[in-house]
Amino acid sequence: MASYFAAVWAIMRKDLAAEWRSRQMVTAMLVFVVLVIFIFAFTLDIDMLTRRQIAAGVLWTTFAFAGILGLNRTLATEGERGSLDGLLLAPVERSAIYFGKTLANLFFMLVVEIFTLPLYALFYNMSLAQPGLWLVLLLGSWCFCSVGTLLAAMAAQARSRELLLPVLLLPMALPVLVASVRASSAFVNGLGMEYASASLNILVVYGLIMPALGFMFFDFIVEE
Amino acid sequence: MITVSQLSKRYGYRLALRGVSLRVRRGEMVALLGPNGAGKSTLLRILAGLAQPSAGRVEVAGCQLPKQAAAARAQLGYLGHQPLVYEDLTADQNLEFFARLYRLPAAAARIDELLELVGLHQRRSERVRGYSRGMLQRLALARALLHRPRVLLLDEPHSALDLQTADALDDVLRAQARAGATILIASHDLDRVGGLAQRAVLLADGRSAAALPKAKLGRGLPGHYQQALERAGG
Repeated sequence: MASYFAAVWAIMRKDLAAEWRSRQMVTAMLVFVVLVIFIFAFTLDIDMLTRRQIAAGVLWTTFAFAGILGLNRTLATEGERGSLDGLLLAPVERSAIYFGKTLANLFFMLVVEIFTLPLYALFYNMSLAQPGLWLVLLLGSWCFCSVGTLLAAMAAQARSRELLLPVLLLPMALPVLVASVRASSAFVNGLGMEYASASLNILVVYGLIMPALGFMFFDFIVEE
Repeated sequence: MITVSQLSKRYGYRLALRGVSLRVRRGEMVALLGPNGAGKSTLLRILAGLAQPSAGRVEVAGCQLPKQAAAARAQLGYLGHQPLVYEDLTADQNLEFFARLYRLPAAAARIDELLELVGLHQRRSERVRGYSRGMLQRLALARALLHRPRVLLLDEPHSALDLQTADALDDVLRAQARAGATILIASHDLDRVGGLAQRAVLLADGRSAAALPKAKLGRGLPGHYQQALERAGG
């Protein structure tokens, strides 16, 4: 068991070290999110109350597309010099590769969210001092990355992977996005846990089922 | 150490391997020869557990594939057409990462030894993205040898290597074979493998077409290879 977690940790660390050196993926995700914030902020001619009401939808749509940018990159880099084969040759459980990459993707997504949320707060009249909102961000991002990493591995073997991933991922991630928007909206608009609990339950269940599927099927997905 | 019996591999309608049988003993170095598309790389990928056979029996280091692939992976080193390394990491970081996956004790000393061996010790802290094709091949070789594998599967190991590094590689492979490693080398460099391998197996159109014993290797290999290929209709 210890060796399993050591492999997960090693793979996650490797992805973080590679990104730290290149700074390509997180930079692209950050630029994308900031541009979308500015585009929405200056093109939507609406009052501050309406702005706050739509904030959660804008937030998750932007994070989802930024997440797709990152997910596309994370497995594409494995294919560039055949390094996925290098991972598959190592005597580690294949599911450890899935969890290592999912955790690295979650880290990248959370970094982007943490850096861009103050801008959202500014333009959409949101308060960030709400632990519930942070909980939704963590759960929603975990669910998105766990399904996204699985599908990115599937798409990585296709020739047009950049086109295939969003087509596969967005329908599969729809329950996550709907639940995340509803729960975030409840917290942003001050409705509290009572209104958010049903959506949070969906996120918890999804966040358990998807990693379980990844644990069982990643081996078959990466097999030739 | 490597036993392949009636192995076939199908990609859609195309048969890449048709009933190939092969046996390589412990400490033996065997060259796998054949024209492009003969199935050499496919055979090596199946032996490495990177591709599934469509039919037949495969055993590597005493492990039945694909059933015991995880146990086999710990004992084999594979060098393919791609270097299987990460371009955004340095040579050091790449080898440290793989050493962690293989749970290698005293990894730092082993990495020093290998980087010295492949002549990359002075550029070990540079990002691999800036490496030439030959340097990438040398790093890939270090990665394949890192965990002291008992079985080595090498696909065109001499490609892109300069003469000095290619000679150093030959010395390493001879030393590995003397230490008991089983080595299978797919190559087009007949002169080099002729002086290195103990025997050769010729693949043509996915079939085992001929076996060339020790006596037919060395300087005479290109001639024997051509004759065997003509007999096989290649």
